[in-house]
Amino acid sequence: MRAYTPKDDVQKKAYYSDRYYVSPQVPKLEVETDEVFAKDLEAIKSKFEVKEAFIQVEQLVIYINANDIYGVLELMRDELEYTQLSEMSAIDWLAKDNTFEIFYQMLSMNKRKRIRVKYFIQNGQAVDSVEKLFRSADWSEREMFDMFGIEANGHPFMKRILMPYDWHGYPLLKTYPLEGDEHAAWYEVDKIFGKEARDVIGPELRDTAKVDRYDSERFARLGYEVPKGTKITGDEPRNEESYQEEGGVFLIKKFDKKDSVVVDDPQR
Amino acid sequence: MAQIKNRLTPFFENITFDREDNEMILNFGPQHPSAHGQLRLMLHMQQEMITKAHPDVGYLHRGMEKMAENMIYNEFMPTTDRMDYIASSSNNYGFALAVEKLVGLEVPRRAQVIRMMLLEINRLMSHLFWLATTALDIGAMTVFLFAFREREYLMDIIEGYCGARLTHAAIRIGGVPLDIQDDFITQLRVFLDKLPQNIKDYEDLLDTNRIWLMRMEEVGVIPTDMALSWGCTGPMLRASGVAWDIRKEEPYELYDEVEFNVPWSDKGDNYARYRVYMEEMRESAKILYQTITMYQKCVKDGQTELMAHSPKYISAPKLDIMTQNYSLMQHFVLVTQGMRPPVGEVYIPTESPKGELGFYINSQGGPYPYRLKMRAPSFWHTGILTDLLPGHYIPDVVSIIGTTNIVFGEVDR
Repeated sequence: MRAYTPKDDVQKKAYYSDRYYVSPQVPKLEVETDEVFAKDLEAIKSKFEVKEAFIQVEQLVIYINANDIYGVLELMRDELEYTQLSEMSAIDWLAKDNTFEIFYQMLSMNKRKRIRVKYFIQNGQAVDSVEKLFRSADWSEREMFDMFGIEANGHPFMKRILMPYDWHGYPLLKTYPLEGDEHAAWYEVDKIFGKEARDVIGPELRDTAKVDRYDSERFARLGYEVPKGTKITGDEPRNEESYQEEGGVFLIKKFDKKDSVVVDDPQR
Repeated sequence: MAQIKNRLTPFFENITFDREDNEMILNFGPQHPSAHGQLRLMLHMQQEMITKAHPDVGYLHRGMEKMAENMIYNEFMPTTDRMDYIASSSNNYGFALAVEKLVGLEVPRRAQVIRMMLLEINRLMSHLFWLATTALDIGAMTVFLFAFREREYLMDIIEGYCGARLTHAAIRIGGVPLDIQDDFITQLRVFLDKLPQNIKDYEDLLDTNRIWLMRMEEVGVIPTDMALSWGCTGPMLRASGVAWDIRKEEPYELYDEVEFNVPWSDKGDNYARYRVYMEEMRESAKILYQTITMYQKCVKDGQTELMAHSPKYISAPKLDIMTQNYSLMQHFVLVTQGMRPPVGEVYIPTESPKGELGFYINSQGGPYPYRLKMRAPSFWHTGILTDLLPGHYIPDVVSIIGTTNIVFGEVDR
């Protein structure tokens, strides 16, 4: 029986995992251990629902409702001095529970603190754009749309940013294979010649140095190389190809086969 | 075979170039020598003035985040070289630091000092490269040749250390692979002693140069709130009135032990950025002098460790691997299967020459990161062109792109 390979996550997996191995956790600290974070969390909690909050590797992580994101970031920017949105993107949890986790990395330069605001959305749900608050979200949200297909409501220009506009599929999804899907493999051919030309042109050979180990005919025929497609009979002439200059090079003696000794005994 | 013409329709084909309002659309790039890579700018113009700018990126997209999800942590290190390829050790370092924080490793002091040396050499290389290319774009050929000469010297030092000039991969998770070579410090000293005179030469050529001032002063002004809103970091932010340097404010490695200033300006124009870059080179030199002293102290104190000691995550030193069975087994497992960091996530920012370089890693306990997001500063420094360019004239575009110091390896990743 063939081993089952999950179709909802085609990324590389560990080929061996100890059954009894329990992964350690990066420690999560109580928010009360940091004064500044505790105050900030109070301020956010007074207006919005915070589902979970903890400190991990010196940064506060809070989980909120998806609808509150604009309000929370506005509060953080205007009242809590978190003036910069460093980064935002998504994590694909579709295989687990059909959700995406969205994170916003906030920075306060006055307090020297960083907060990560997170929430979950269902597959197919759109997020609220925060581009009005932070211009940097303009490109981040576009990148998130490009990579995951998550749209941002109220974004002025919701187009792909890194991939071509007519690309098919969303590359950072776990269901998207590393080497690309069928549309990726035939992208140029489909675009320039049409789908019907796939058979005529054939698949692209991306790895020119690839050795086909099932090709028993032309594999490792050193000295007896033949062009591709030749019928191999077994009595091909030897390619006497010299790998050294005729007269030898300065200080290096020309290798002469006649003077060389072939050792017959492999054990020697 | 005949090509089907209408399948090749470009995206902007339906735009008429001579409309009644006289608006013209100019495609700047993607193959433009002063775009510093593959940047395509679609500029809407009224006569010579830009009314709307639309940067188009992605020509160098290699899907590094996707690759990271399919590689063990150590395997990914050389890939980070290809982000900001002008200062690749700083990318190596950003990634290494993020994994170290995730795992909770302590790097030996001698390795920390070597890392700081590499980082500052990379900063100098990057800034010299910036100066050279920007000056060349604006027409100062001499400065280009001068700055490349000095950069070459630094690249030779780095080549002596790790064998590569551009893609160093000189930093490992948990430390550095090698001690610096014998003549490293001598060569570095020679370079550093000459550097103030070199910087003065550049400044003599540029500082009060009439053409340079015309192209730089009052051009490309980024107000503070715009810089913050667009997520600008590094020299871009410091030239716009925020003295924010992660090395100073959230110190990593031994940056809290060295003395240096954070140059900044409240002008926000091209010239302010130019001044910030020049002053930062001086500060880097200052840090390098101090790291030499720190290194010599390490040698005197007999601190020879270069990699963190953590059998679960980091291979033992080569001598142990070759002599002790357990070390060999552990090395074999770490190379074939990869380390498995704890479940959790980190976002670790570092101050790369271009700005805040952050690595967000989400680990689910496997040998491959579940999600890795790279926060490359140039990405937003390109995005800001949307708001920055309108109102400027076409010759200003080149000088503005120049001073933003964008590298497309890290914009597109």
